[in-house]
Amino acid sequence: MSAPLTPSQTVGPYLALGLPWEDGPYAAAAGAPGAIRISGRVLDGSGDPIPDALVETWQSSPEIGVGFRAFARCPSDDDGRWFVFTLRPGPVPGPAGTTQAPHLDVSVFARGMLHRVVTRIYFADEADANATDPVLASVPPDRRETLLARLGNDGHRFDIRIQGLDETVFFDV
Amino acid sequence: MPDAFRRDDRDVHPPLDSPPYKSTALRHPKQPLVYLPHTITEVTGPALGPARVGELDHDLTRQHAGEPLGERITISGRLLDGDGRPIRDALVEVWQPNAAGRYRHRWDRWPAPIDPNFSGAGRCLTDTEGRYSFVTVKPGPYPWGNHPNAWRPAHIHFSLLGTAFAQRLVTQMYFPGDPLFPYDPIFNSVRDPDVRERLISSFSIESSRESWALAYVWDIVLRGRDETPMEAGP
Repeated sequence: MSAPLTPSQTVGPYLALGLPWEDGPYAAAAGAPGAIRISGRVLDGSGDPIPDALVETWQSSPEIGVGFRAFARCPSDDDGRWFVFTLRPGPVPGPAGTTQAPHLDVSVFARGMLHRVVTRIYFADEADANATDPVLASVPPDRRETLLARLGNDGHRFDIRIQGLDETVFFDV
Repeated sequence: MPDAFRRDDRDVHPPLDSPPYKSTALRHPKQPLVYLPHTITEVTGPALGPARVGELDHDLTRQHAGEPLGERITISGRLLDGDGRPIRDALVEVWQPNAAGRYRHRWDRWPAPIDPNFSGAGRCLTDTEGRYSFVTVKPGPYPWGNHPNAWRPAHIHFSLLGTAFAQRLVTQMYFPGDPLFPYDPIFNSVRDPDVRERLISSFSIESSRESWALAYVWDIVLRGRDETPMEAGP
């Protein structure tokens, strides 16, 4: 028996009423050993911040970690900023016997977006693993940079550019 | 590893670039989407248990000292996958404006009254048959700035996590017979009229409770699994 799929609709401007959780950004508990912070901004086609977006991340667990949810959710602030606090993922199997580099799957929702957009966060400091990742290999080389989080003073930085110059690579999932 | 999910039919979801809904102009990717195979990351998802849901979270009329104003209703239905199988123990989150069409949000400046007894947010977990249920008040329509004399038909926002990243869905549920349907670019962003109808709940006299509340019923369907083995690539 097949059932007809329900279509997507925009999350609208008032997602903050229903979706944020107090512990939402914390896939790993604050203070968890080895946890990392990934943060960035969500920007529109004019380069302006999107202050009403929701960023969600999902990833493999490095091992069976008690209290590690592996899922995080963070609404953007007035400057379009978001962050998640998580454990660094390890390599996982990919299609046809390949190995995928450490990555997080990302959903972005916002007013003005009738469906989520999906991207992936890879780590710039995993160059060897990234070089053999089957998904990165399918992305045009000049756009792969948009999928790399870069380590800075405030943890790993990953901006999400919905449209325009250096538009982030989004996936058909 | 679990099977991959079926790819969505392209006509089901609205296009990200939908000019009648003006805010899409700067908020849609212009580069083509890259095909993502369904790997272990896409076919798994978070297990969010009962700890995430409070005792009264499913009843939006009992979250304050008094009862909210408006028409008390129940919204219930089943969360299914594309093969008609119930999705159990899945988180369902909702949010909505009050009976006057006002959201309790700092950005909502529409001069309709705020109801001190209504926050407008709820959540529940589906049961073993995939059933969810909320008690709330019927949300009002409200104006917005998209075009002259623009009004949103009454709706409730729904967020579904399903069991896997590939099933994630955020949508809106509408009410039958709304006269604003022909004028709403968000509702009409779903291009196929038959598919659009899936966003509209049904009124149910059988589920309405005598002298207490009218009932609306709405089933939600997320992707089903692919029967073929894990995809090798595009």
